[in-house]
Amino acid sequence: MAASYFDVDGTLVRTNLIHPTLYYLTHQSTPVRSLQRLARAALRAPELLWAEMHDRRLFNEMLFSAYEGISQDRLHILADDAFESVLKKAIYPHARDLVARCRAEGHDVVLISGALDFLMTRLGDYLGATHVIANRLEIKDGYATGRLLRPVVAGPEKARLVREHARERGHDLDQCFGYSDSYSDVPMLSVVGHPAAVNPDSKLKRLARTYGWPVITLDKASA
Amino acid sequence: MSHPLVVTLDRKSAPRTIFAGDRLVEVDLPAGTRCIYPRPPIAPLKDVDAAIRYAINHPHNAEPLHAKLRPGMKVVIAIDDISLPLPPMRRPDIRERVLTIVLEMLADHGVEDIRMIIATSIHRRMTSDEICHIVGKKIHDAYYPTRLFNHDAEDAKNMVEIGTTDHGEVVELNRYAVESDLLIYVNLNLVPMDGGHKSVTVGLCGYKSLRAHHNPKVMGNCWSYMDPKKSALATSVERMGRLVNKKLNVFTIETTINNRMFDRPLEFLAKNEDDLSGLETAALKALTATLSKVPQPARQAIFNRVPAPYGTTGVFAGETEAVHERTLARCYEQYLVPVKGQADILVCGVPYISPYNVNSFLNPLLVQCMVNGYLFNLYKGVPLLKKGGTMIITHPCTDQFDKEQHVSYIEFVHNMLTETRDAMELHKRYEAAYASNPAYVQAYRTGHAYHPAHPFFMWYWGEAGRKHTGRVIVVGADNEYIPKIMGWETARSMHEALEMAKDTAPRSPEITLFHIAPLMMADVTV
Repeated sequence: MAASYFDVDGTLVRTNLIHPTLYYLTHQSTPVRSLQRLARAALRAPELLWAEMHDRRLFNEMLFSAYEGISQDRLHILADDAFESVLKKAIYPHARDLVARCRAEGHDVVLISGALDFLMTRLGDYLGATHVIANRLEIKDGYATGRLLRPVVAGPEKARLVREHARERGHDLDQCFGYSDSYSDVPMLSVVGHPAAVNPDSKLKRLARTYGWPVITLDKASA
Repeated sequence: MSHPLVVTLDRKSAPRTIFAGDRLVEVDLPAGTRCIYPRPPIAPLKDVDAAIRYAINHPHNAEPLHAKLRPGMKVVIAIDDISLPLPPMRRPDIRERVLTIVLEMLADHGVEDIRMIIATSIHRRMTSDEICHIVGKKIHDAYYPTRLFNHDAEDAKNMVEIGTTDHGEVVELNRYAVESDLLIYVNLNLVPMDGGHKSVTVGLCGYKSLRAHHNPKVMGNCWSYMDPKKSALATSVERMGRLVNKKLNVFTIETTINNRMFDRPLEFLAKNEDDLSGLETAALKALTATLSKVPQPARQAIFNRVPAPYGTTGVFAGETEAVHERTLARCYEQYLVPVKGQADILVCGVPYISPYNVNSFLNPLLVQCMVNGYLFNLYKGVPLLKKGGTMIITHPCTDQFDKEQHVSYIEFVHNMLTETRDAMELHKRYEAAYASNPAYVQAYRTGHAYHPAHPFFMWYWGEAGRKHTGRVIVVGADNEYIPKIMGWETARSMHEALEMAKDTAPRSPEITLFHIAPLMMADVTV
């Protein structure tokens, strides 16, 4: 049996890691707390921008530090609303079809994302995925510490996680598929036998054309 | 005595100029070689709009179109896609003219629920601009994209099985067509294998139905595709089409065009080189030299950007089979050149275009499809080439693919054909899994890629030709491995190719040049 490994942000959904984070920050227990958290996040914006351009893993770690002090209960209570309000609306029109097609082929469908696990499991259930590999917040005494548990899912680490998952499940990587929108996922795409660029950025699109990888869109059909 | 279009070369004959992809090459052929030239274009209709009106008001074996209409009914109009004609037709395309008149008539009868579907089957989706070229700006702007769109054979919720023939062929069609009160098909019939039941039954179907006839067994039993009575493919499609016409209310409109592919400045390409005027000879040499010097994209642009000035030669409407009988007769009138006797060695220039690479590059698999598929099959009666004979072709066989349209071809050529060229083995071992490859299927659905089953079908197109032909020798290939993958030999020159071919030919072989394009067919008798 083969597996299909899907990056999520930009690939299956229009949103990125920032959108659900903003949802959490703006839905704190009081408006004052929300403002405080938003202001703190705004102050860190230049650092985040720098990290986004230089190190995807560092970016994830910095972004998720904004969750520090949020209770585990609240994270989970808000997860349903965040999924409904942010993620579900942003799913590309053909995403469910593609996942269903992969399932019909008998593939394990694995979402592999830098986003947080409690959101990705909801998305995975909705899309019909069989597994989720996502980032996990460290929780101490019922509150998020703002740190991520290891391994941090980002960049080349995704390639290692895909290999590990395939090995554990007995998948032949040559028969597996990989889907991503981002050049930063080239390591992950390179370990599977059937890589595809989905709604790709310009660098990934160039690379995909060079190597004859399919370039696909999950938005409405192109004109 | 041979037909005037079949010319025997002597020692004084000028070299022949033939296509080698998007270049032209001069070839010296030995005295005694037969050259078969296309018929001149037959005169087009003087008043095409009047002919369309007459056809739909005086249909064959059906009531007039206006009598089928009532207010509030659902009408679907299906239209041939970009694979017809080749090259694309100068505007207004005949389909635009037919659609304009049909839509006026529908409006006059209070029919408002109209959808138009480009009958792509598993071909690539046409772009908005390409659709606009075919249907015209007025219709495009009024209907595209909500009421004028490409067929999607992989949209499961919009495909419906309407039955199975007594031969077990599953007929699955586009839901809009199945649920319509009236399905009007607007065809442009380039060659005799187009049109008839194929229009609806293939144009609006999916992989499930295509498998019934697009397979090595059926396609290897077509002698030729251009002679429906001797084509197992046409027979299968006819069975399925009859079932369609029992269940659906189909009104067929077919149109034929002449073979005027080249406008005045290039008309000399269709002529016997010995009959060219001084000016035409100079123009031919200048064009040949220019094409040999400019880069490939410029060569492609020279041919792609000049639509053909085809003239409409017939419009027929009514019941599918009655209509198609007349369409076929008009096609044969344009294309058939009587030829007495088969060739031991058949020389063909392979042009730059096929039905599957309009506005893109003729990749190696399509070169194969042209050679073993289309060029081999341009006959009626018996094949122009003797069984076990040699085809010599001129083409660079460049290892290049359009990375969007033909993305699934790359893996097929480089990973599968290198494993086996046996069509049946490819069919059994690889086709089903490849045809459902989720990434390739998605590229077909939302991009402009051919369906992943298509490269297999392109290989099967050549099945009868491969079975019949002894050897294929390529002259002018820019590499050796692509011809090798196809199972072909290479030669550095036409002279060398002829010497190689003679090794396996009878003494004093019959050498024949099939001087295409424009289009023609050999009507071969032994």
